Amino acid sequence: MPDAYKQQIKDTVGDPRLQIAIYNNTGRLVENRKSVVSTEALPGYQGLRDQGHAIKKHTLDHLDHYLELAEKNITARGGKVVYARDSAEACEWIAQLAEKRGVKLLVKSKSMTTEEIELNHALEKRGVEAVETDLGEYILQLNDEKPYHIIAPALHKTRFDVADIFERKLGGAREVVPEKQTQIARRVLREKFLAAGIGVTGANFVVADSGAVVVVENEGNARITSSAPKIHIAVAGLEKLIPRAQDLAVFLKLLARSATGQPLSVYTSFLSPPKRSNEQDGPEEFYLLFLDNGRTRLLADEGKRESLYCIRCGACLNHCPVYRKIGGHSYPWVYSGPIGAIITPQFMGLAKDPWLPYASSLCGACAEVCPVKIDIPKHLLTLRHEVTEMRTREGQNRLEKLAFRLWSYAMRHPRLYESLGKLAAGAAPNPANEAWIKKLPSLLHRGPVAAWLSERDLPPSPAKSFREQWRERQERRHNA
Amino acid sequence: MPEAREAILSAVRTALKRSKGQGIPQPPALDLSFIDTPVADRIAFFRAAIEKLGGTVSEVPGIAEARGRAVELIGARSTVCSSAAIVADCGFAPPAGDLREACASADCGITSADYALADTGSLVLFSSATEPRMVSLLPPCHIAIVPESVLLTSLEELFVREAMPAERSSAMVIITGPSRSADIEMILVRGVHGPGEVHVIFVAGH
Amino acid sequence: MARRVSIFVTCVIDQMFPQVGLAMADVLERAGCEIDFREAQTCCGQPAFNTGYRDEARQVAKHFAAVFNDAETIVVPSGSCAAMIGHHFAELFDTGESPFHGRVFEFSQFLTDVLGVEDFGARCDAVATYHDSCHSLRELKIKSGPRKLLAQVRGLELREMDAVEECCGFGGTFSVKFANVSGAMARTKIDAIIKTGADTLISADSSCLMQMRGALSRAGSSVRTMHLAEVLASR
Repeated sequence: MPDAYKQQIKDTVGDPRLQIAIYNNTGRLVENRKSVVSTEALPGYQGLRDQGHAIKKHTLDHLDHYLELAEKNITARGGKVVYARDSAEACEWIAQLAEKRGVKLLVKSKSMTTEEIELNHALEKRGVEAVETDLGEYILQLNDEKPYHIIAPALHKTRFDVADIFERKLGGAREVVPEKQTQIARRVLREKFLAAGIGVTGANFVVADSGAVVVVENEGNARITSSAPKIHIAVAGLEKLIPRAQDLAVFLKLLARSATGQPLSVYTSFLSPPKRSNEQDGPEEFYLLFLDNGRTRLLADEGKRESLYCIRCGACLNHCPVYRKIGGHSYPWVYSGPIGAIITPQFMGLAKDPWLPYASSLCGACAEVCPVKIDIPKHLLTLRHEVTEMRTREGQNRLEKLAFRLWSYAMRHPRLYESLGKLAAGAAPNPANEAWIKKLPSLLHRGPVAAWLSERDLPPSPAKSFREQWRERQERRHNA
Repeated sequence: MPEAREAILSAVRTALKRSKGQGIPQPPALDLSFIDTPVADRIAFFRAAIEKLGGTVSEVPGIAEARGRAVELIGARSTVCSSAAIVADCGFAPPAGDLREACASADCGITSADYALADTGSLVLFSSATEPRMVSLLPPCHIAIVPESVLLTSLEELFVREAMPAERSSAMVIITGPSRSADIEMILVRGVHGPGEVHVIFVAGH
Repeated sequence: MARRVSIFVTCVIDQMFPQVGLAMADVLERAGCEIDFREAQTCCGQPAFNTGYRDEARQVAKHFAAVFNDAETIVVPSGSCAAMIGHHFAELFDTGESPFHGRVFEFSQFLTDVLGVEDFGARCDAVATYHDSCHSLRELKIKSGPRKLLAQVRGLELREMDAVEECCGFGGTFSVKFANVSGAMARTKIDAIIKTGADTLISADSSCLMQMRGALSRAGSSVRTMHLAEVLASR
C-alpha cells in the first residue's frame, strides 16, 4: 500500500472535525434512506430491488444489442453517438468538438464519468474553460479537489470552509450562511450557463428503446446545462443502458430513495435531443459519448459482471463503516467506498491498487442496501483471492504466503495445533497489558500482534484450552 | 471515432460470447400496476407530498379563480408565461421578445403541465411549441396551472400512458418540488439553479 | 432419546475463550442434547479465505469436512464461522451449495429455530446491551432470536445501543492490516455501548467480543463482555 494513502487514512482518522463531518453527514443519508424504504413507506421495495437487478442483468448480458439499439434510435432523431475506448480518447473528442465550434466556455453538471476521465483538466490544457455547476462540485472545483462522495461531493466541507474558498476565489464579502452562499453560486453560475457554448452532462440511464438519456438531480443545473447551450454532450459509461423507458418506473423509485432518501429527485430529465423543429428552446446538437475505459474488461468476467449494475446512488458509501472512517479521498480513484473498492481494481487492473479490496471489514452492510443487489462482499473476497494469486506469481508476498501455508498445515494436524496453542499461551503472560509486549524480542514489536496492540488490549490467555478442559470434564463425569 | 466504435462493440461481443446481430430474449416483465384512486384522494396525496417539499397546492373551481389565485401568488413580481392553452385562457400572454432573455429576467414562470403525479407531488412537462423548457426553469418562482384531469396516481401510471416519451418531445421533465441542495453540511437550501418556489393550481372540470 | 449435537467450538474459543465452549455445552445439555466433541477439529479456514488464500483455506475446510462428515447437526458458537461453513464452503469446494448447508447452525439459531426453546432458567444480574455480529445478522439473518433468549434471563435488563447493526471493526486480518481504521471503528462502537449505561456487553461472536473488549479495556471502561452462551449458562 503506497505511503500516500496510508498517510491520508491516518490523517483522516486522526482529524476529529473531519470524523464528525463524515460520520454525521453519512448518518443523515442513512436515516433519510431508512424512512423511505421501510415496509410502510414502500411495501414493494425488496421486489423493486430484484427487478432492478434482473433488468440490469438482462441489459448487460446483451449489451451489444442495446448499444446498437440506442445508437439507432439516437441517430434517427438527429443525435450522434460517439464511442471512446479510454479517457484520452473521450477528452480529445470533446476538445476537438469545442475547437471546431469555436467554444471557449463549457458548463458541466455533476457526472462521475467526466470526473473519471478528468475532462476539466484536459479541456483546460486546450484553452477551454469547463465550469462545474453542481453546488458541491463547484466548491470543489474552486478549491481544486476531487469529489469526496458519489452524490455528496463536498461532504467533508463545512460552511466555514466554503466561506474561505468563496472569499479567496470569488472575492466579495465573507458569507457563512449556506443559503447566502448558494445565492452567490447561483449568480456566478447563471452567467456561465447563458454564455456557454456546450453543456456536458452525465447520464443516470441511457434508454435504448427511446434513444434518450435520463439525468436525475435536485438543483436544476443539469436541466440548464442540457437546455441552454446550443450543444449538449452526454457522457455515459457503457453500463448505463436500460432497455425501455418503462424500466424507469423501477429505477427512479430505487435511485433517489437509496441516494438521498427522497421518493423522487427534484428533476428527472428524459432527454432525446436535439430540439424538435416545433420546440422553442433546447440544444441544436446532441452527442452521446459512450465510454469504455475498462468496462469491457470487467464485462468479460461473468462472476463479477454484476459490478457494472451500479446506479451510483452512494448508499454503500453511507453505510460502510470503513468509508465513514477513512472518507472519500483515501480511495485512489473517483469511485470511493465499497463500490469503488470493487470497480477500481477491475477497471484499472489489479496491480494498480491491490490493497483496496482489503480495505473492508466484510461486514456486508453495502450489499444489504444496494438497490440493485450487487454482492459487494463476495466480489471483495474474489478480488482478494486474485490479488494473492498475482502477488504469489510475482513473489511479492513470500512471508504472508509462508505464514498461511504453515497455518494451514497446523490446522490440518490437530496435535500440532494443540502444541502450538500451548506454546502461544505460554508466551503470553497474564494479565495482558501493554507492559509484557515490550519484554518480547523486538521481532514481535512489528507484525500482527503489535498491530493489534497499537489500538486494543489482548485478553489474558486461559490456563487451559477448551479441549483440555473438555477432556477433564468428561473424565470427571466418567469417574462420577 | 469509427475504429473505437468497432473495437468496443467487438470487445463487448467477445466478452459476452455473442455474435453480431444475435437475437435476445424478452427483457424481464414489468409490473406497472397502480391503484386507481378518486380525484379528491389524488389531490390530497399530491398536497401532502409537495407540501413536505416546500411547495404549495391550490384547488380552484374554474379559470377565473385560477387566474385570481395566480395573480395573488405573483403579487408585485414580474412574469414570463408559456403559451399552453390553460395559461392563455387565464389571460397570461407569452413574451413578445427573446424567450431566453425573458425567462432569465422574470421573477415568476407560469406554465401548465402535461401530467401531475399524486404519489410524489410531481409535475410532468413535455417541451413543445407551447411549453418551452426555460419557463419552468430559470425564474426563481414557478407557478403551474394544471387541469385536474391530468393528475395521475404514480410513476407507473405515467409510464403506462407514456411508454415512449421521446416520440412526443425532446425533453420530458418530472419536477418534484422546488430546486434544492444539501451540499453544504447537509443543510437544506431551496432555489439553487431552478425555482425555489413551486406553486401548483389544480383547475377543476378541466 | 437425546438429540445428538456435534459442537464445533472454533479455534478462537478453543484457544482464547474456553469458558464459552463449556457454557455452550452446558446450555445444550440442559436442553436435553447429547454433546459430541470431535477432538480432531481445529478451524473452519476463514482467516485464509478472507485474506484471499483460497488453497490454504480449502485444505483446512477439507479437514473440517473430514472431521464432521457424518455429523447430523453441528452447532457453532459463532455466526461468522457458521456462515463460513454453511455458505462459503460452496465457493471453496466449487459446489452449488455447501455440503454442510442445512446441518450447521449458529448457537442461538439452533436454540430458537431448531429446538424452539427460549428459557433455560438462566439468571444473570446485569444491565446489558447486545451487539449483532455482522455475519450473524447479514449472512444468517439472526436478529430477534438472541433477544428472545435474553428476555428470558432473570435479573437481566437489555438496552439497545445506537447503530446496533454497525460493525465493531474486527474483520479478521482487517483488524491488523488496517489497525488504525479498525481501532477507530471499535471506538465508535464502544461509545454507543457506554452511552447505554450497560455494565455488560453481550454478543454471539467471540472475535467481535475480543475486539470490543480490547477497545473497552484500552479506554479504561469497566464494561465486561460475555458471550451469549455464558449468559444463558449463568445461574
